[in-house]
Amino acid sequence: MSKKTCLSAAIAALLFHSFNASAASDPDLQAIREQIQQLKQSYEQRIAQLEQRLQAAEATSKQAESVAAQAQANIRQVSAAQPAAASRSGENAFNPAISLILGGTYGSLKQDPAVPVTGFAMSANPGHEQGFNPGESELKISANIDADYRGEATLALDPAGGVSVENAYVQSSALGNGFNVKFGRYFSGLGYLNEQHAHAWDFVDQPLVYATLWENQLGEDGVQLKWLAPADTFIEVGGELGRGRGFPGSDRVKNGAGSSVLFAHIGDDIGIEHSWRVGVSLHKTRAADRISDAVPDLNEALVSNSFSGDSQTAGLDFVWKYAPNGNLRNRYVKLQGEYFRRKENGLLTYDIAAANVTDSFGVTQSGWYLQSVVQFMPRWRTGLRYDRLDPGIASVGATPGFNVISSYAFQPTRTSLMLDYSPSEYSRLRLQLAHDRSRQGLPDTQLFVQYIMSLGAHGAHQY
Amino acid sequence: MKKLFSLALFLFSTTSHAALNVFACEPEWAALTQQLAGDKASFYTAAGALQDPHHIEARPSLIAKARRADLVVCTGAELEIAWLPVILRESGNNAIQPGSSGYFEAAQYVTMLEVPARLDRADGDVHAMGNPHIQTDARNFLPIAEALGKRLMRLDPANAAYYQQRLTEFNQQWRAAIAKWEQQAAPLKGVPVIVQHKGFPYLNNWLGLKEVAAIEPKPGMEPSAAHLSQVLGTLQQHPAKMVLRAAYQDARPSEWIAERAHISAVIVPYSVGGTPQATDLFTMFDDTIARLLAGLK
Repeated sequence: MSKKTCLSAAIAALLFHSFNASAASDPDLQAIREQIQQLKQSYEQRIAQLEQRLQAAEATSKQAESVAAQAQANIRQVSAAQPAAASRSGENAFNPAISLILGGTYGSLKQDPAVPVTGFAMSANPGHEQGFNPGESELKISANIDADYRGEATLALDPAGGVSVENAYVQSSALGNGFNVKFGRYFSGLGYLNEQHAHAWDFVDQPLVYATLWENQLGEDGVQLKWLAPADTFIEVGGELGRGRGFPGSDRVKNGAGSSVLFAHIGDDIGIEHSWRVGVSLHKTRAADRISDAVPDLNEALVSNSFSGDSQTAGLDFVWKYAPNGNLRNRYVKLQGEYFRRKENGLLTYDIAAANVTDSFGVTQSGWYLQSVVQFMPRWRTGLRYDRLDPGIASVGATPGFNVISSYAFQPTRTSLMLDYSPSEYSRLRLQLAHDRSRQGLPDTQLFVQYIMSLGAHGAHQY
Repeated sequence: MKKLFSLALFLFSTTSHAALNVFACEPEWAALTQQLAGDKASFYTAAGALQDPHHIEARPSLIAKARRADLVVCTGAELEIAWLPVILRESGNNAIQPGSSGYFEAAQYVTMLEVPARLDRADGDVHAMGNPHIQTDARNFLPIAEALGKRLMRLDPANAAYYQQRLTEFNQQWRAAIAKWEQQAAPLKGVPVIVQHKGFPYLNNWLGLKEVAAIEPKPGMEPSAAHLSQVLGTLQQHPAKMVLRAAYQDARPSEWIAERAHISAVIVPYSVGGTPQATDLFTMFDDTIARLLAGLK
């Protein structure tokens, strides 16, 4: 715009100059010429300046254009990236890891599973399910709560349709220095198998010693503190204070702790192919009016008894694993065994429904298992397990002594053979055959078919 | 008593001469950290080169080693998801938890390949963040070394100058080595191959190998006899020069294919120690390329 005005002004000036030139005298002419010359120069200067400014303006506008283009490109990139970012924002952004285990078993038993193991009628009897049942389904939800705490809950889907809380705990390693705290509802750290969830078991069922002494697994409501020594070898000690909810406790309503557990583990590798862990554990609780139904007595009747007293269990466990080159993917061997010994002392009320007599009662029971699982080719495993229990000889006070069986002179045993196939990381199909001689006079051949499928987040497994 | 004392001393002995205790998930990261930290760090490697890093167990020894680690160096991208979280949790060591400066994931510093467009377990053992086998492309080590070097400087500022110097040296040597490897590997460009596990996209991307088929029907799944014959059928239409497998993978499927298709089965060291020749990062790639070139013949 300014360029045009300047040009026309310059032209006008030139015209003016030529027009005047013919009319004016010489000195005037000279003066006028000089004036015009000056004008011309100043206009030329101004024109040059303006041209420069124009060029500069043009350059900036080009720059601005390219900046705008880049901005547009950026916007395009941003909008391309937007959906991903959007899906990660909002209320569901911090959803915890959810993992659903769908498990089911088909059981074929010759004997009634309700019949307890001989000598352990006053213990737990989780038994087996006959026919089809979706026994081992569980839903696990876990996530970090904040920088210090992590939460995990496992809900077990009962075949009958109910839901029970298997685990619901908070874990923290904020203390550092090898300390680990867990509180809430958790599987106790005693033994080796106790902490493992059903979907990680190598057999369809728990060993007899776990079934009878821990009702498959000891769950606790309480606090657990573990400490790992700063050593090259794995040395871990831990303790728990709990409510004493599960068997052999009887969930007494009281202040303070109803049960306590102490455990220690040592483990290491031998070369790259072998690894092992050894543990000891001690569990103490008190039972109050712990009622056991269908307990056989000397009169060959089934009665309900009640026990109140102290229960102390000591355990030893070991596991050893071997894999060629340490490569578990292809082939491995696992050997494990555990031994538990329980001492109970207190008062027994015999036949609470009728006779209802109370006197002292004490018994030491024990049991062990030894099992080996071999992955003989990728995806295929087989396992053999031997169980043995000792019901012990009870010392029974005088009054119920005439009726309570104190010695069974029978050692329950069971041999189980397992074969499983895992089509993928997330699925497993299993066949198990067991020769069960855990009930005197009732030998049983049991067949189980099981599936374990894992959906969603696949959490890491413990050793 | 004296024996017991010395045993206790042995058990609790700390490597006090080294400033940093490094826990590496895979041997390649131990080797890289070694290149950058020299004798200023001591190393422990969780997975051996002959062990599938997807399938390590949270062994007691690993937890004990993590307990005293100052720095955990892993691949990340969910490669170690089945075992590392348990180790970190059980270690009771809050210096190495994810998010802290003692936790380093190499995969965060490279461009991931094969990031799945859909996440479905029906597609096998896929990783949401992309294929985690990043160590087969030598070029990936440059950005990782850069980030790892900086991390070492942050964790051990007293030796920062030393780490910087080692990083610069490594960068120079590694760039020269890449140029050499690329020149050596020129005949491999466009060569059709089949792979046992989908673990070679970075190698293929780097050297220009052309993956025709995979022996595993889905990542992480064992091939069935039917699938193997299907792969043989594919090979008739699209002949491949060789079949690749990582050193830790079961030899049988790729040998079965190699024998029937009359092609060579090539073991790639895949990590430091995967083959006797792969003694460090440099020889690992020397050997990888030498074996691939031998497979051409």
